[in-house]
Amino acid sequence: MNIVEVKHLKVWDANTDKVIIHNSSFQVKQGSCLAIVGESGSGKSVTCRSIMRLNKPWIRLSGTILFKGEDLNQLSEQEMRRRRGKNLCMILQNGMSAFDPSCVIGVHIRETLQTHFNWNNRESERKIISAMESVMLKNPQEILNQYPHQLSGGMLQRIMIALALVLEPDLIIADEPTTALDTISQYEVVEQLIRLRERMGCSMLFISHDLGVVQKIADEVMVMKDGAIVESGDIRSVFSKPEHTYTQYLVTTRLELSNHFRKLMQEGT
Amino acid sequence: MLKVDGIEKSYKQDGLFSKQRQQVLKKVAFECKQGECLGIIGESGSGKSTLGRLILGIEKPDRGRILFEGKNVNDRRVRMGSISAVFQNYTSSINPFLTVEEAIMEPLKAQEKVKADMQSKVDTLLHQVGLDSSYRLKYPHELSGGEAQRVCIARALSTEPRCIVFDEAISSLDVSVQIQVLRLLKELKQLYQMSYVFITHDIQVAAYICDRVIIFRDGQIEEMVPIEQLKDVQSVYARRLLTYLITFQVEDQG
Repeated sequence: MNIVEVKHLKVWDANTDKVIIHNSSFQVKQGSCLAIVGESGSGKSVTCRSIMRLNKPWIRLSGTILFKGEDLNQLSEQEMRRRRGKNLCMILQNGMSAFDPSCVIGVHIRETLQTHFNWNNRESERKIISAMESVMLKNPQEILNQYPHQLSGGMLQRIMIALALVLEPDLIIADEPTTALDTISQYEVVEQLIRLRERMGCSMLFISHDLGVVQKIADEVMVMKDGAIVESGDIRSVFSKPEHTYTQYLVTTRLELSNHFRKLMQEGT
Repeated sequence: MLKVDGIEKSYKQDGLFSKQRQQVLKKVAFECKQGECLGIIGESGSGKSTLGRLILGIEKPDRGRILFEGKNVNDRRVRMGSISAVFQNYTSSINPFLTVEEAIMEPLKAQEKVKADMQSKVDTLLHQVGLDSSYRLKYPHELSGGEAQRVCIARALSTEPRCIVFDEAISSLDVSVQIQVLRLLKELKQLYQMSYVFITHDIQVAAYICDRVIIFRDGQIEEMVPIEQLKDVQSVYARRLLTYLITFQVEDQG
């Protein structure tokens, strides 16, 4: 059973008539994680924003995006708003700009939760605090009273994951969630994302250019280049036997970095 | 060649009239030899970029000295043409009104060393960073991230410096482009016999290019090791960094 089915998606810029995505079709299976890899400018983020319908107004799209059998492209803006958050949840790259900078984190979270659920203040606070504890955030009460700029990138990223835990979406779209983080917070965020999937059994669309992280989290992978899908399939077969030259190029360049490091770590042991 | 001698730096915290100061660097001391690539690894907020700015002489330390070939870098004449920098945000580090050619010649103009053979010099530099002469008249917005970063490197090279400071210079590039730039930097280092101070949060990148790494935490040097001994790091923090690293592996299907 496919939770998302994208058929013949074409995205173009109405101002310049430049085609960003030519003709892409793919599916996300119920409970599985599809990763989209590719270099910057390959159309990974645009694909995701098309599913969420969050593209700029001059970016037009054609084709069908079926979410649980329902065409998202045909929904009115109001109906779409109800789907965002509750059914489709997005985890963004930059935590600093994902939260409202003018109010403390708690206000933002309460507002989001009360849009989707009939909870009072105390109830929503209780739910978010228990979710924050489960993503290993210490002193959740204190964090709720802080502004986004007072928290680190890794913490904001985990707050977004906690929010996803409470919302229990059917599909999580993670757009480069670990790219802006340093080694330790990257590891922690990836661990939390894996646990999030285990706990809720939700599907995930994971975008990244870091093949290491993709390998750790995803079941299937889709390689994009210049707005076209060049290769897709099971993660192990794609990475160990890449067919397209572009995938081979991505894998070998990444391996050069990793192998050098691994050689260093093994020498003399 | 470059000697950092017990420097300290603090910034004012919370507002204009506050007396509280946040200590960013605490008694940092190390040395970078001629022709060496020294990596500085640390998380965000550890003070590694501040250290980079102090080495470049953009800011002054509160206490301690930074000596470049025995002279203090606070003196402009010491660092002019000898120490260059490449920063992370390539889009904002080239003046948008200048063409690639003008951007590369900018440091030479500042040194008043404009010569007749400038044109050929720009060509050589562009060629060395893997671009061709057709880029000369382009503007920064026409370049991709990797190309813009190459232009920044060419600009840093133009004065033939003896030391270049890279502050997260390749962190925002794609992994496949990172490798190309790293290979390029290795070649250039051979060619010009320069020293690099390579500031990054990515251990794998540091392991690829550096001869020696400093693991930096909360404004202090946690550990300093030659790259061959990276696996034998002692401190708890450095060990944790290594175990938390996500590497990429391909299984042999044999």
